[in-house]
Amino acid sequence: MNFTKTIMTTASAALISGAAFADGHMSMEMTIVSWGGAYSNSQLRAYHEPYSAKTGVTILNDDSSSTAVAQLRAMNEANNITWDVVDVEAAPAMQLCDEGLAMEIDPDTMLAAAPDGTPASEDFGDMLVSECFIPQIVYSTTFGYRTDLVGDTPPDNVCAVFDTKTYPGKRSLFSVPINQMEWALLCDGVAKSEIYDVLATEEGQDRALAKLDTIKDDVIWVSSGSDTPQLLADGEVIMGATYNGRLFSLIEEQKQPVAMIWDGQVMDLDGWIIPAGLSPERQARALDYIMFATDTQRLADQAKYISYGPARASSAPLVGKHADLGIDMAPHMPTAPENLSRAFLMNYDFWADYRDDLDAKFQAWLAK
Amino acid sequence: MSEPKVIYSNPFIFTITSMGIMGGLIGLIFGVANGSGPIGLIFGALFMALISFLATFLSKNESLARYSICVFLTLVGFYFIGVIGLFLGLMLGLFSSWFLFWLHLGRYRAKLQPYLSPGQVLWHYTFRVICGIIFLFLITPILVVMPLSFNAQDFFTFTPEMLRFDPDGYSLKHYRDFFTNNEWQRSFKNSLLIAPVATIVSVSLGTLAAIGLSQSHVPFKRAITAVLISPMIVPLIISATGMFFFYSHVGNFLEDTVGLDKNFVGYVKVILAHSVLGIPFVIITVTATLVGFDNSLTRAAANMGADPVKTFFKIQMPLILPGVISGGLFAFITSFDEVVVVMFVGSTNQKTLPWQMFTGLREQISPTILAVATILVVISIALLVTLELLRRRSERLRGLSPG
Repeated sequence: MNFTKTIMTTASAALISGAAFADGHMSMEMTIVSWGGAYSNSQLRAYHEPYSAKTGVTILNDDSSSTAVAQLRAMNEANNITWDVVDVEAAPAMQLCDEGLAMEIDPDTMLAAAPDGTPASEDFGDMLVSECFIPQIVYSTTFGYRTDLVGDTPPDNVCAVFDTKTYPGKRSLFSVPINQMEWALLCDGVAKSEIYDVLATEEGQDRALAKLDTIKDDVIWVSSGSDTPQLLADGEVIMGATYNGRLFSLIEEQKQPVAMIWDGQVMDLDGWIIPAGLSPERQARALDYIMFATDTQRLADQAKYISYGPARASSAPLVGKHADLGIDMAPHMPTAPENLSRAFLMNYDFWADYRDDLDAKFQAWLAK
Repeated sequence: MSEPKVIYSNPFIFTITSMGIMGGLIGLIFGVANGSGPIGLIFGALFMALISFLATFLSKNESLARYSICVFLTLVGFYFIGVIGLFLGLMLGLFSSWFLFWLHLGRYRAKLQPYLSPGQVLWHYTFRVICGIIFLFLITPILVVMPLSFNAQDFFTFTPEMLRFDPDGYSLKHYRDFFTNNEWQRSFKNSLLIAPVATIVSVSLGTLAAIGLSQSHVPFKRAITAVLISPMIVPLIISATGMFFFYSHVGNFLEDTVGLDKNFVGYVKVILAHSVLGIPFVIITVTATLVGFDNSLTRAAANMGADPVKTFFKIQMPLILPGVISGGLFAFITSFDEVVVVMFVGSTNQKTLPWQMFTGLREQISPTILAVATILVVISIALLVTLELLRRRSERLRGLSPG
């Protein structure tokens, strides 16, 4: 009967084409995991495209960095690691390194030296916070505000977030303890240098939550870096926390009536890890990619597409103009001296130790 | 306009108040869009009340009054909004002029029993309005996505330009992004490959299982059915976790021991996992059609010398085809919409559209997702319409329906 024939033909055609399609993409490819959006796009243009052009390797993007730790654990458990290079923040990298899920890196043999011959370990300096972590950028989490909704005196201080009298309206914060608790203590009068000492104590944690209690009714809690830009664009919040690169894109590329506060912004690092347990050929390819993508010129190139500071000291002088907008990028970097002056440096070790406990406590507080 | 029927004339105050309320609601929408709801409300109410007063009180000629309202509102729309206002004004004019005389001349009673009380008439129409609102409630989330996908900005926001129907507020850039972006194209191709193959596998296996289970001599029928449809009942995340470990081992075996290509194995894993999810739908629909199947037909075929395979394709299959097709449709949609299992079982190479939409939504709120959603809605509608037309055609050819 016709119907049967049709089905059979379609089935076999689909199977054959499937096999052919699959065979077309053979071994010369690697999967790189990152954060998606404008950030992945900057990596695509600054690292992936030149690397593919040079070596012929096809690069597949997987935007799964926000769940990288859990997924790497599961992959390791199932002995089926499908990722070659993973982009993570400093604290998860330390965690993965401790658990043996990331490969240890020797900076001086596995990473490119600076053009003047300075070895990579010196060029990256303090940024090498873990044996497995290959630093890439410095970013900060800060506040953007709607210039048309905050009245005549635009906020210049991070504590404006807690000042609902002068700046009435909703504000968005991340629904995690990291950053929010530091800001709460900072605005409750704790000196920057003492914040982590206070936060290590039970009373200090309660004090931070009590400060957050004062604005709890005015907060929209968000979970991803893209939420606050959307809320600001809608005018649903008058100010909100997100990464400085997202705010840069919102202000300069999308031309929204938004400005940002360079005060009390929390600086953090982001970089690569290579999963432990790759086959030798995949590991060699991953290392080859890393060597290429973290050299001085490539890190400086990334800053053409997004306003995150390169992690190498030798890249800073090479930061130029935005590739599409022609804006000078140096003043938009979190590492620019005038932006850096009032920044707040995150203590990764503190969060590596306290994260699980404070997460539970914070979520319980949120649910109250 | 044909000679309208006059039931009786309502008092002006009734007509004018009702029209004022309608005008107020429409004014409110425009007012909110332009920054001030209350002003729009008051202005719209007064405006509509004035029009109805003029039309009903001054004019004795209904056709003339209705034409005048249409022309007037079209011009007003054009003056304030522009070319699109021309269209909006005309629509509003057509509706409000019809509604005005429908109310004023009591035409709403025309098709109802004459003995109904005013309360019953009101309920008759309120009921329809409530049904309409429920329908709107169901359909609006799908419809609202469509204009947003033409947003010129990168946010899920109706910009002031869009609300003013300014052409600058609209663009096709998100559609362009979908058709030029590698990630979207790759995931679209993956979906188009995985879903049909998974459908074919689940339709074949599911139909066979349903036919087997409908035989009277099969022992433990209920237990077997329960196991087969369990993927539909067990929470997806649990199936997905189990499948992840199971297929990781299967995959490692196929790659290392059998020596198949890594990518090919990846597709096989996802297709098998999706087939498992689709099979219960096929079993349920085919079992339902088999209930009405007359087994003496197969015996008659056997009596005339047909072997079981021939009997199946010639006799049984055509009769249970509707069940098979709708089961296949469900299986297809299950696979095409599925995001949890593919994220567990697949690797980046097998990224499907829902996966890409999911990560896109989490990591960057981009209207490209809305553009894709719109395309998918259009494709689904086209698919369903085609199927329905084919079904009607075959019914007509087989003489099953008088149409």
